[in-house]
Amino acid sequence: MSSRQSDRREFLKRGAALAGGLGLAAAKPASAQLPDPEGMIVGTDDLVAYGKRSRFEDSKRIPHGGRHSPDAFGLDFHIAAPLQESVGVITPSSLHYVGTTRGSYVPDIDPAKHRLMIHGLVDRELVFTMEELRRFPSVTRLHFIECAGNRSRSSHTTVQETHGMTSCAEWTGVLLSTLLEEAGVQDGGEWIVAEGVEEVKGASTIPVNKAMDDCILCYGMNGEAVRPQQGYPLRLLVPGFEGIFNVKWLRRIKVVDQYYMTYNDYGHLTQDPATAALGYQIGPKSVITFPSGSQRLPEPGFYEISGLAWSGGGKVARVEISTDGGRSWQDADIRGEPQPMAHTRFSMNWTWDGNECELQSRCTDELGQVQPSRAQVAAFWNQPPDQPVRVKGQDNSIQPWRIDSDGNVHNAII
Amino acid sequence: MRSFRFAGLLLLAVGVCAQAQSPTYGLGRAPTAEEVAAWDIAISPDGKELPAGSGTVAEGEELYVQKTCFVCHGLNGTGATAPRLIKRDVGEVDDPWDYGRVLPIRSPYATTVWDYINRGMPLGMEGTLTPDEVYSIVAYLLFLNDVIEEDMVLDQDSLPNIEMPNRNNFARVPDWFPGQPRLEGYPY
Ligand code: HEC
Repeated sequence: MSSRQSDRREFLKRGAALAGGLGLAAAKPASAQLPDPEGMIVGTDDLVAYGKRSRFEDSKRIPHGGRHSPDAFGLDFHIAAPLQESVGVITPSSLHYVGTTRGSYVPDIDPAKHRLMIHGLVDRELVFTMEELRRFPSVTRLHFIECAGNRSRSSHTTVQETHGMTSCAEWTGVLLSTLLEEAGVQDGGEWIVAEGVEEVKGASTIPVNKAMDDCILCYGMNGEAVRPQQGYPLRLLVPGFEGIFNVKWLRRIKVVDQYYMTYNDYGHLTQDPATAALGYQIGPKSVITFPSGSQRLPEPGFYEISGLAWSGGGKVARVEISTDGGRSWQDADIRGEPQPMAHTRFSMNWTWDGNECELQSRCTDELGQVQPSRAQVAAFWNQPPDQPVRVKGQDNSIQPWRIDSDGNVHNAII
Repeated sequence: MRSFRFAGLLLLAVGVCAQAQSPTYGLGRAPTAEEVAAWDIAISPDGKELPAGSGTVAEGEELYVQKTCFVCHGLNGTGATAPRLIKRDVGEVDDPWDYGRVLPIRSPYATTVWDYINRGMPLGMEGTLTPDEVYSIVAYLLFLNDVIEEDMVLDQDSLPNIEMPNRNNFARVPDWFPGQPRLEGYPY
């Protein structure tokens, strides 16, 4: 409870006492339907203007990957979303994961001064104000973003650590294709370089086919302006591609004739063509968020298993759940209508008999790509069985959770 | 027959019109040449965006200290709070990739090194280096990594032509089309 709230309560109580016990606030309600005044949240101008969650809710983000955030320089690094407490498919903006190409300051941009420039191999070079961008026909779509570093390790204990570098929001903005058509892409314009305005001016090279397909220049996120950590006032969304492509604080799109090999591109690429391909469009993936690592089932009995599934290849077509470590599988219920490149909530009714068991989930997307077990990945690439499995590119392998007979849930990745 | 031919001509004319598209919404304005130049900082592998200027290894060695690079990256680029800028001490290797993830040795193009230092360093004072200074510092770092000779002068012509050891040692990203699986033949 904030001290301001308690001061106000004291004041109310004293006022009521002075009024000779006539004040409603001090009187015990005659009927149990009225809450005790102590149990009320006293309205403040702050709460009227911009609400906040209950003080009993403490779901929060954590720095990811062992590097403190903010660091000694005040730079934000990777921050993971608390998927273990998530419900539905939308990550609240305050809890959306944050990724940066390197530690980065969050720029404090006045939208009235922000500009987007489109230039390069176009018929008409153009500069837009934010006001002008908002005048274009807009789209509103659900999309996940996921960081290439979203990789489960045996040392991770919670789903926030294993999978928290992905989130899903409702994004609003102008299709990039609308603006590229307005500018007129010239022959030979095969790629775009998208660039931010932050101190390191992060830039990524993106194929023009993707730019013309479904990329969005977003000014809106979950019903309000994009948050600063997500690129306020303008961020590029490249649905289904790895996080690094979704350039924040976007100020420039250059249409170019070749792959530019920016620092971001360079850091992302490898020698192996298979790894390069698998680190581009994200594969079919899912994870059970309840019950998940470090949670505890208090007793045998009924539970709803629930989780999130997604794919960079389109819509989630099917999710299966195994409660016996992958030996047998049952179809999970898909909640709502799956959207392309969006988190999709799945669930299954389940009665836990109190014995040790292992839960897994497996996603199949509309392209027919199936989420693999780590053993399947190792077998596909002929990796030596006595060594830890290396999943090439984006890790979309199945996440196993072991439930001990005392109800404690553990990460069962080997 | 004739009317067919006429229809064909008409289609052709419509096609030409559709190609030379005019803007639909008419929003935004054209940037000035100065505005484009000020923001056009991404350097392609062929170096066409590189500004005029030049630099030498000797100048770069001084600037590396003067511009505080050594504070974070260590004297001679051996690394400190920030990553090392000199290849790993692994002797002669068959595969230059084994020198480690160190930009001035791993990068397939010297342009990427120039571009990153120009846009992002020194951390906290980005954008303060002149083109001459960036050319010099890149020359110094490439010399430290045995990529160029000590007497080489870097400028907009010579820099893109430097044969980095990993020039042909980076995988290309696949062509991308809507509805395409991640990797042909990979079921996952
Ligand atoms: C205040 C500390 C600091 C200073 C000063 C600094 N750097 Fe850096 N530099 C960093 C950090 C931190 C990184 C790593 C960024 C990341 O996490 O990706 C870095 C990265 C780099 C890289 C890329 C390394 C790689 O292999 O990916 C280069 C090249 C570089 N710096 C050059 C320079 C030069 C040249 C100067 C001087 C003009 C300089 N830096 C000054 C902190 C600094």
